[in-house]
Amino acid sequence: MGEFDFTVWQPSLPFIRDGLLFTLRLTLVAMSGGIVIGTLLALARLSPVAPLSRIAGAYVDLMRSVPLVLVILWFFLVIPFISGAPVGAETSAIITFTAFEAAFYCEIMRSGIQSVPRGQVDAARALGLGQAQTMIHVILPQAVRNMLPVLLTQTIVLFQDTSLVYAIGAKDMLKAADIVGKNYNRPVEMIVLSALIYFVICFSLSLAVKQLQKTVAIIR
Amino acid sequence: MIEIRNLSKWYGQTRVLADCSTHVAKGEVVVVCGPSGSGKSTLIKCVNGLEPFARGSITVDGVSVGDPGTDLPRLRARVGMVFQHFELFPHMSVEQNLALAQIKVLGRSKDEAAARGVALLDRVGLREHARKFPGQLSGGQQQRVAIARALAMDPVCLLFDEPTSALDPEMIGEVLDVMVELARTGMTMMCVSHEMGFARKVAKRVVFMDHGEIVEDAPAAQFFEAPASERARTFLARILHH
Repeated sequence: MGEFDFTVWQPSLPFIRDGLLFTLRLTLVAMSGGIVIGTLLALARLSPVAPLSRIAGAYVDLMRSVPLVLVILWFFLVIPFISGAPVGAETSAIITFTAFEAAFYCEIMRSGIQSVPRGQVDAARALGLGQAQTMIHVILPQAVRNMLPVLLTQTIVLFQDTSLVYAIGAKDMLKAADIVGKNYNRPVEMIVLSALIYFVICFSLSLAVKQLQKTVAIIR
Repeated sequence: MIEIRNLSKWYGQTRVLADCSTHVAKGEVVVVCGPSGSGKSTLIKCVNGLEPFARGSITVDGVSVGDPGTDLPRLRARVGMVFQHFELFPHMSVEQNLALAQIKVLGRSKDEAAARGVALLDRVGLREHARKFPGQLSGGQQQRVAIARALAMDPVCLLFDEPTSALDPEMIGEVLDVMVELARTGMTMMCVSHEMGFARKVAKRVVFMDHGEIVEDAPAAQFFEAPASERARTFLARILHH
């Protein structure tokens, strides 16, 4: 070994690309599913119906108090048990991440909903809008807009966290890099490559969020 | 049109409304005034059921507000309300603000709602601002849009909750002009306001509140020339000096 040999990057690209595509798919599905379920959880948490709000609260607290890697392993073992059939590591990862991220998006949406001034609700009600209409047309659009930078920051964290599916052998980008690294006996070079790709993507997204924050600040 | 009878309301142990009774007949303008914390905003928010109340009754156009069987959204759709802080929806353009409830509550078509919206913007002198967002308008303009939004529902009466208190002095006039014009066209209005010039000009009666009680309910001229209570005299002296 001794010296680094980065020529291994060239033949690894098709594998890295496939792995990256899975990482992106996992991120996007967990983000959209997580935001939808997280919003429903937030509505449940804020609901005056005590059992509903307690169940949602317990779910969120549970998910936020367990290390993600344990949730990934645990779901991988439990899902086949519940569904009665074995599921692949990739499917298991998608379900796990959606369920886990929902808890975090829930808290973001909850503070977003609470950030909408009471007067907006009064105004919507005074116009004759019902509870659901007020939520859909007046509160949620403002909640999402107020929370957009935070939602996107959470998504960047999610993108990084997907590398933990490594634990159950799902073929994400890190796993692809790992396999190529072993095959060519160049593990360090491949880890450097995947780190670079994570960095470039996350850093550009962070810059985009900062830009967006400025734009949102102007609109308000 | 609006009939308030023996209304009482508590926040915990604190009584915020004490046995309040008054009324607003069709086509009348009644101005409610009083020191801050006197319960006037709470009173007006009870009229369309935004605030629940413990005792007494309110009927609006024959519908009992406190009755659990009352379809409150339906009643509110017929009672316009204008707020101190405008409360336009900031994520929607002016025309969308005017159209939302027309479409979702009254079931009007998009074209119908848009046409009604433009006509009302014209009436409050803001036709050219239809595409703008609330954040791009001055406070006075926002409040005129808010009045247009309430009018778009073709309300049987309008409630104003301190519509000019959050405005810079130079913008108060443009909002009051719209309100005076509305009053002259026979709109039934209940206004919480400290604008005594407005009250003098268009109010049929003035209701003076203090500590959750209605202390005076008198024809406007009588209230200004010879207020019956010491509290009203003190209040008038204080605000007319400004």
